[in-house]
Amino acid sequence: MNRFDYVRPASVEDAIAAAAMPNSVYLAGGTNLLDLMKGGVLRPDRLVDVSKLPGLDRIEPLADGSLRIGVLVRNADLANDQVFVRSYPSIAEALLSGASAQLRNAATVGGNLLQRTRCPYFYDPASACNKRLPGAGCDARHGENRLHAILGWSESCIATNPSDFCVPLVALDAVAEIDGPNGRREIAIEDLHLLPRNTPQRENALERRELIVAIRLPADAARFAPHARYVKVRERTSYVFAIVSAAAALHIEHGVIQQARIAMGGVAAKPWRARAAEATVVGHVPDPGIFREAAEVALTDARPSGDNAFKITLAKRVVERAIALAVAGTPTRMPALPASPFSAVPGVLDNA
Amino acid sequence: MSLSISLTVNGAAHTVVLDDPRITLLDLLREQLDLTGTKKGCDRGQCGACTVLVDGRRINACLALAASLDGADILTIEGVAAGDSLHPVQAAFIAHDGLQCGFCTPGQIMSAIGLILEGQAGDEPERIREGMSGNLCRCGAYAGITAAVLDAQSTLAQRRDAA
Repeated sequence: MNRFDYVRPASVEDAIAAAAMPNSVYLAGGTNLLDLMKGGVLRPDRLVDVSKLPGLDRIEPLADGSLRIGVLVRNADLANDQVFVRSYPSIAEALLSGASAQLRNAATVGGNLLQRTRCPYFYDPASACNKRLPGAGCDARHGENRLHAILGWSESCIATNPSDFCVPLVALDAVAEIDGPNGRREIAIEDLHLLPRNTPQRENALERRELIVAIRLPADAARFAPHARYVKVRERTSYVFAIVSAAAALHIEHGVIQQARIAMGGVAAKPWRARAAEATVVGHVPDPGIFREAAEVALTDARPSGDNAFKITLAKRVVERAIALAVAGTPTRMPALPASPFSAVPGVLDNA
Repeated sequence: MSLSISLTVNGAAHTVVLDDPRITLLDLLREQLDLTGTKKGCDRGQCGACTVLVDGRRINACLALAASLDGADILTIEGVAAGDSLHPVQAAFIAHDGLQCGFCTPGQIMSAIGLILEGQAGDEPERIREGMSGNLCRCGAYAGITAAVLDAQSTLAQRRDAA
């Protein structure tokens, strides 16, 4: 780890001022930042520790029925908050499918939103990476790339966004509240992460020194609670990032899908909202045929960025499965293996 | 640059001077406070060997800067037994052979204590395994670890009911 200057401001205003020093970064839970610093991937000159800023660790229902979640709320606290789980069960399921209990106890809402890709070439300072060093090239493009992007990638970068949390957030139209040197503003979380184009070093829409202070879930997103799931296919049972994941939330009335929200994770540099797939199922009586059609539609634009054509097929199946599970209904208790497509009971097939 | 922080470690108050902000909680415990029970495995948050409780919650000590934990209450493996009387989780790990080489064991035990405090897993082995997935055991003592956590949880529940 490089040497750095450590400051612990007492207010958001002081934090934004402290970040004026070039090459400053905000430190919250530190679970991704310190890992990247230990690997020499990031070498900031100043850490602005925002982890103790007052007032940013609350979960508050607002008068308009929306829920405001402070940026410093720990992943575990959010996933276990009863009001939150009742209203937004698929987001809780996504949170609990990510990382380990220790990491979820430390990692914050904001850190999850802004975590970096797990592309191994980004993590290896000896490899060429346009994200780490603009113009250096991309060793992933013709390297080990079976887990890389199938949507929205460019010749300069084929990395994916690793967040589980962001997938249902994008599906449910969550909004980020941002403070910065030019005052406060809001942005849809769908617009927070950027596609690589030819500037993969620019990963999100935040300006320098801007700090996310909260996220908000709109009141109408809670109507999906009875039919909301997150499905995540991994290379082992637990404690690993998604190969592909999908969030599906449905509003079903009179036996017909009235509204649908579908998004995918692990497929692109941002959580991928699948609006055309949503439109495909709306107005239909739930039926496996229409789920399959929606899954095809969701992946229409997909193309392999390397040795990963299998992810296109897999993503279709995960979308189809997520919709089918959402139709079946949100379980009354969080599954033992959150978001897992496999049975919690050894030896029993869950796909019968 | 040096900065001074206050910590409570295993019940004792400490004022610690950090001569470098890069010092993690793990390095502080091991190198400055001589509490070497907390192990450095991967040092990258992947193995769980450095698990300790901070303000009653299990975290990876390797991914926490000591400087940002000013005022925290830390519990390490050295602080869980009551004198010569082992913590029920420690006793259960022995009773169920929840270890072989023992390197991951302090982290496993601290993680298990954290998991039991969280109260989410109930008595289902699958939930225990999922809740302990942040602790790797290269000897593969997982079956014993799961049995030990279940047993210790029921011992602690009986004690609580008796109290």
